[in-house]
Amino acid sequence: MIDRVFRFFSSLRLTVVLLACALLLVFVGTLAQVKFGLYEVQAEFFRNVFVWWHPKGANWKIPILPGGWLLGGMLLLNLVAAHLKRFQFTKKKIGIFTIHAGLILLLLGQFFTEVFQVESNIRFEEGQTRNYSEDSRHNELAIIDVSNPDHDQVYSIPETLLAKGGEIRDAKLPFTIRVKNYFQNSEPAGPMSGAGNKIKASDGIGKRLQFAEAPVVATMDNENKPAALLEIASDKGAIGEWTVSTWLTKYPWSAILGEQMGSMFGTALSEPQSFQYDGHTYRLALRPIRYYKPYTITLLDFRHDNYRGTDIPNNFSSKVHLSDPKRGEDRDVLIRMNEPLRYAGETFFQAGFDENNDKVTILQVVRNPAAITPYLACSLVALGLLIQFLMHLVTFGRRQKNKPAPQKNSPKRKTVAVAAAKGAL
Amino acid sequence: MKKFLPWILVAIFGAWIVSDMRPPKPKDNFNLAEFGRLPVLLNGRIQPFDSVARNALLSMSGKSTVRLENGKRMSATEWLLEAMSKADVADTRKIFRAQHPDLESLLGTEQARLEYYSFNDITNHLEEIEHKAQALAESERGKEDAVKLRTPFQKDLMHLYNSLILDHRIKNSLQPENADDFSQELEVFKEKIPAGLLALQASEANEKFDQTDLQTIAAFFRRYQTISRYAYPLAVPPKAGEPRDAWSNVGSSLMESMRSNEIHPAITKLAAVTTAYAENKPADFNRAIADYRTWMESNHLAPELKKGRQEFFFNQLQPFYKAMVIYVAALLLGCAFWLNLSEWVRRSAFALLGVAFVIHTFGLLFRMYLEGRPPVTNLYSSAVFVGWGSVVLGTILEKIYKNGIGIVASGVVGFITLNIAHHLAMSGDTMEMLRAVLDTNIWLATHVVVITTGYASMFLAGLLAVIYVVRGFFTKTLTPEIAKSLSRMVYGIICFATLFSFVGTILGGIWADQSWGRFWGWDPKENGALLIVLWCAIVLHARWGGLVKERGLMAMALFGNIVTSWSWFGVNMLGIGLHSYGFMDAAATWLTIFVVSQLLLIGLAILPPRFWASFKNQESPGAPSSPKGKEPQPASA
Repeated sequence: MIDRVFRFFSSLRLTVVLLACALLLVFVGTLAQVKFGLYEVQAEFFRNVFVWWHPKGANWKIPILPGGWLLGGMLLLNLVAAHLKRFQFTKKKIGIFTIHAGLILLLLGQFFTEVFQVESNIRFEEGQTRNYSEDSRHNELAIIDVSNPDHDQVYSIPETLLAKGGEIRDAKLPFTIRVKNYFQNSEPAGPMSGAGNKIKASDGIGKRLQFAEAPVVATMDNENKPAALLEIASDKGAIGEWTVSTWLTKYPWSAILGEQMGSMFGTALSEPQSFQYDGHTYRLALRPIRYYKPYTITLLDFRHDNYRGTDIPNNFSSKVHLSDPKRGEDRDVLIRMNEPLRYAGETFFQAGFDENNDKVTILQVVRNPAAITPYLACSLVALGLLIQFLMHLVTFGRRQKNKPAPQKNSPKRKTVAVAAAKGAL
Repeated sequence: MKKFLPWILVAIFGAWIVSDMRPPKPKDNFNLAEFGRLPVLLNGRIQPFDSVARNALLSMSGKSTVRLENGKRMSATEWLLEAMSKADVADTRKIFRAQHPDLESLLGTEQARLEYYSFNDITNHLEEIEHKAQALAESERGKEDAVKLRTPFQKDLMHLYNSLILDHRIKNSLQPENADDFSQELEVFKEKIPAGLLALQASEANEKFDQTDLQTIAAFFRRYQTISRYAYPLAVPPKAGEPRDAWSNVGSSLMESMRSNEIHPAITKLAAVTTAYAENKPADFNRAIADYRTWMESNHLAPELKKGRQEFFFNQLQPFYKAMVIYVAALLLGCAFWLNLSEWVRRSAFALLGVAFVIHTFGLLFRMYLEGRPPVTNLYSSAVFVGWGSVVLGTILEKIYKNGIGIVASGVVGFITLNIAHHLAMSGDTMEMLRAVLDTNIWLATHVVVITTGYASMFLAGLLAVIYVVRGFFTKTLTPEIAKSLSRMVYGIICFATLFSFVGTILGGIWADQSWGRFWGWDPKENGALLIVLWCAIVLHARWGGLVKERGLMAMALFGNIVTSWSWFGVNMLGIGLHSYGFMDAAATWLTIFVVSQLLLIGLAILPPRFWASFKNQESPGAPSSPKGKEPQPASA
């Protein structure tokens, strides 16, 4: 039995089948991007055991394709098993062995990257300073104790916990948070407008501005704007009830909301919501997850130039000032297309600009602890392929040399045909 | 005699190439070439008038010359010069292409089936065309995909509309299109400036002023403002001390003159050129150009002049077109060799392939020199390079096997890829400037070149498989010896393709990591490259495992053509992702045709040997899969 399992996992046929599945997955995963956008496809196709099909409205789903995790894992098993079975350290196999060692490293490295890589961004205007970057897709409920004038104390609760609903308790927090309602996507609504499910709070902006549940979206240029109705209570009783939403905190939605409703609500839209408890002042907000850094970055100058007489951009660059007292860093850095800043395990690169404000830059920040693995892996594979290829070439060259010189006219077809057909492969 | 045939062919085609290296003769004593060499700034780069003319004409009519009523051809440069100095004459040239029957009926010419129209042919329908085109644009506003979803009629309509706009812009580039004697006009303008400015200042200060002076200067202002909006190339070079890219157009420079009270010398000199041409004075024309050149040289514009001269030479030589023609000749001779099997035919074919390759290489290098870039910077140049790479490999194969296969394969790939490049060139300037994200010579020279070499080798392997299937299925010429050598070639080339595709894909990842901090993002073009790598891996493993033999390998190599064409072109048609810079339209149809043709060939390839003309009455030269029940052992090739 074990023998059969082992034989299955080490078989070359399995390799071919898995590779063919991978081919199909990548192809379908590319086509699907047209409809679903890159992020959705990454999550559904590549960072998944299976690609599922759920019909609209149904509460069941069936797998239609093996996902990236499954194929990657199986290929890894297949590779390791095949090498265990056939491993002989001969000169002839050294190329093949190097190639596959590299591939194993590549697969593992990509797995770690997919799991541990964090992508965030910094969007700021000339003159502004930041000591954090914001996650592009994940949000948090931040409860900030601002009573201490020296520094703020931030308690962060991931959005996924809000989505679960119920009560959130933490030993560090003197009160509990009860999620009374949560919408994965929402639209701002007035008391009259907006149909269906709406939330209205008894405190804060949510008293006047309501949020209605909206269909979940999944494309690259549109994202979900969650909203939640929270009740905060201590042992002694309720403290209050607030609505939180990324509509209030995240660009560009906050700007759009401000444009539409600013005249009605004034600064109440952009001011943080806060409450008092036990002599402390707390603020609360549902906002993109913030990754704080022990250093600051200030945007000095942003440039965005086109070639003369065209709309073709020839230069995007952000001049920033990096200040890290702990490490004694205090310098100006120019971040350009293809020339990112690498600092403290993170890469800051020029990602975008604001069409309406030419003083605003958007830097993408990537932290990837496994960044080195592809380099090692690829060097191994390339080396292996080169060895293998050169060995073929040498054998081939020898064979050609030993062959009799070609005759002027090729030999009569019929006689040779049968003989060679027998010998073919 | 036979012995000398290769040399005779080389001499003939060599003479053809060399004949175009000489400067063209003046026409009716007008030194048009000298005008064609003058540099201007367009698309963000310095280029000669000749390039402006060719690209504009290509995009309007699909041709690089104008066909005259008398059947003769007019060069692009001459047409441009005419349009910029004698607009009324240019309006009689048939440069607008409209093919759709509905568009013809809109123009009222469905009976005549003209296909090519002059501006005068269309004048009566201008409003209608404009109205329809603007309505279409209005309905498409805010819809990104709308352009892709246009019907053939809408595409043709918009093409005609855009061509009309381009024509209008060109006619207003060096002077207003209705100018009679522009040199004279500039004299008058210069005289009127001071008085006009005085009147203007007085009127602003609410003082007494001369109404006529003000009106005159205001009329000039409006006139030049109009051409400043339309002018196509930026023809007025920067003055000494200004940045090198600070070119401007004639209109805006003349508006500037109202402030500075002096006319840019380049404008006066260019006006002398157009006026002399309009008044049919060749001696004045030639002198005016020489005068302008001298002025440019003394104003530190010698590098621009040089660039114009060199690009003009390149345009004149048309190395890729010539290579394409000679590849076909080599291909035909190669096929002839298969029929009569005389060595001198093969040698002649090989010699021709050599000539084509030399001129192809020369073009490639010259283009790199002109751009100051590695060979591949856009879809156009990738086609040129894919062809070149395949020919290199094909030549090596021919050197080894000497059976004509390398020649035919090289000839076919060379012809097809250069033909693709030729059609891609119709969408505009092929040496366009690179967007900021691509502006890095290191990665263009490594990632792009390596991955493109991977494409080239995949196509070559696929083409060898086509030769195998076509010769084997339809003719009796596929002897087992040739079949075996083809199989070995395909296998070897796929190994090569694996190496290059893999390394190229990885280099792309490293570029992404260096530039954006992420190695892999599942972007469509990345995925496309990955598909090639996966497919190569599948082919190699299937062969090592004995899952496929000779015909199976051929079928897989044919499928490799589909995978590669998807990665090269298909992905760009999705119009998403970081790499979607090379979108084109008509190619979709061709891609579909190509894919279907390959599928048909795959169908033939997997038919049992008894259906094959070459294998009939023989034992099977290899079943597509191995006998069941036995685990295949990896065998080294």
